[in-house]
Amino acid sequence: MAYPANYRYTKEHEWIAADGSAGSVGITDYAQDSLGDIVFVDLPKVGDAVEAGKTFGSVESVKAVSDLFAPVSGTVTAVNDALKDKPELINTDANTTWLIKVSLTDASQTNGLLTAADYEKFIAEETGH
Amino acid sequence: MSESTATSALRKTALNAVHRAAKSKMVDFGGWDMPVDCCGLIAEHMAVRTGVGVFDVSHMGDIQFRGPGSLAAVQKLCMNDASKLQVGQAQYSAMLYPNGTFVDDVVVHKLSDNDYLIVINAGTREKDVAWVRGVIGGMPGVHMNDYSDFYTQIAIQGPKAAETLQKLTSTDLSTIKNYWFTWGQVCGLHNVMIARTGYTGEDGFEIYIPSDETTSARVWAEVLEAGKEFGILACGLGARNTLRLEAGMALYGHEISDTINVFEAGLGRYAKLDYESKGDFVGRDALVKIQADGGPKRKLVGLEMVERGIGRDGYPVFSLDGKRVGEITSGSPSPFLKKNIAMAYVPVEFSAVDTEVAVEIRGQMVKARVVPLPFYKRAKK
Repeated sequence: MAYPANYRYTKEHEWIAADGSAGSVGITDYAQDSLGDIVFVDLPKVGDAVEAGKTFGSVESVKAVSDLFAPVSGTVTAVNDALKDKPELINTDANTTWLIKVSLTDASQTNGLLTAADYEKFIAEETGH
Repeated sequence: MSESTATSALRKTALNAVHRAAKSKMVDFGGWDMPVDCCGLIAEHMAVRTGVGVFDVSHMGDIQFRGPGSLAAVQKLCMNDASKLQVGQAQYSAMLYPNGTFVDDVVVHKLSDNDYLIVINAGTREKDVAWVRGVIGGMPGVHMNDYSDFYTQIAIQGPKAAETLQKLTSTDLSTIKNYWFTWGQVCGLHNVMIARTGYTGEDGFEIYIPSDETTSARVWAEVLEAGKEFGILACGLGARNTLRLEAGMALYGHEISDTINVFEAGLGRYAKLDYESKGDFVGRDALVKIQADGGPKRKLVGLEMVERGIGRDGYPVFSLDGKRVGEITSGSPSPFLKKNIAMAYVPVEFSAVDTEVAVEIRGQMVKARVVPLPFYKRAKK
């Protein structure tokens, strides 16, 4: 599984690719693999506020539903509408399939998130491998 | 999302190493380390509906009754009438508590006049065995054996199941009717029980082979090879669950349990209450009383989500005027029907087909409609 080095990660298995105050948010390769075939994604609307650590939507596979947690606080500037009809895109490439784009309230917030190396270590501990 | 974790305390089937080598996702299922997803739940599900799939169901339990009193024991324990069975025939049945709720649902196989095998669920095995001992204790002429660990049980399911298995056996499978079984040579093994049974709503077979790892792995590989031309897939518990849900089949702990009675579950047709022909059994008095009192107050129904959303196990069901009336017992997207479906218990007055209800999905009311069960029924040949 791949975790791009320029992304930051949450312990709830989201990634954020941030450039200054603009960021894209998705779920990790580990998350999509654990969920299995993804069939439904529930996302906020453009203009909605998201808060770091709070849920902003959900992603559902055939067998499970999983909340999505915002890595940062901010305002939703775009929603990936392609996922309405093709939620399985997340299974195909979790690292490039963003869910929402966010304008960050505070660009330095990403500093508190896990690096790719930290995240991989966290997964290894969580799964016992 | 830590489903791939497994601890050494979990029980393993003889095929565990095979599943792990194939990188199947493993979960704790009733204390067993079992594959939930082998290569993608939707692909596995569709393979069984349109071709063939193979499942490791060795975690199921097998209790055998031997001796001249074995029929009497089965009759006392189970609600269906086992005296109607011929040698080589299987029967869906259930063991009940005195109040008419479920100890477990079972499949009874008549091996010979004095020899019956009942297949029980994995998660309820210890409880079932203890229950059986309690009920038949003191009954004459019956000896019970727990053979659960003696067999690797492999289910080959789907419209191409017969063609797949036929390559591996000299037994003419077309002579085995649905819910019958025989013994034959399979993959060079003698005396293999071959049953035309399953839990997917498709045609299929369950074979019982010795539970040593080498034999189990060899047979598993030979089944996969035999089904290759039909696109066979190894399937996990995830697909097993969506397949049985589409087929409207009950799962212990969901549609049936020790708080749900036979009539509520819609399984009354399997409870033989005619004392003259069947005799007494545990739970009979309660069922007779429920029937005399006008039947059950709630019923198991099929639901189809009308609005966007997936109703899942445990989600509450509401009337359209906002009163909580029931709960979903199993819910999932249906890979074959491409709808979001569920089974739920609702009061009888909400059970008519086309009744509209609402399911609360994470705080939102989402409309659903009562539909007939099963959601899916295979075409008769």
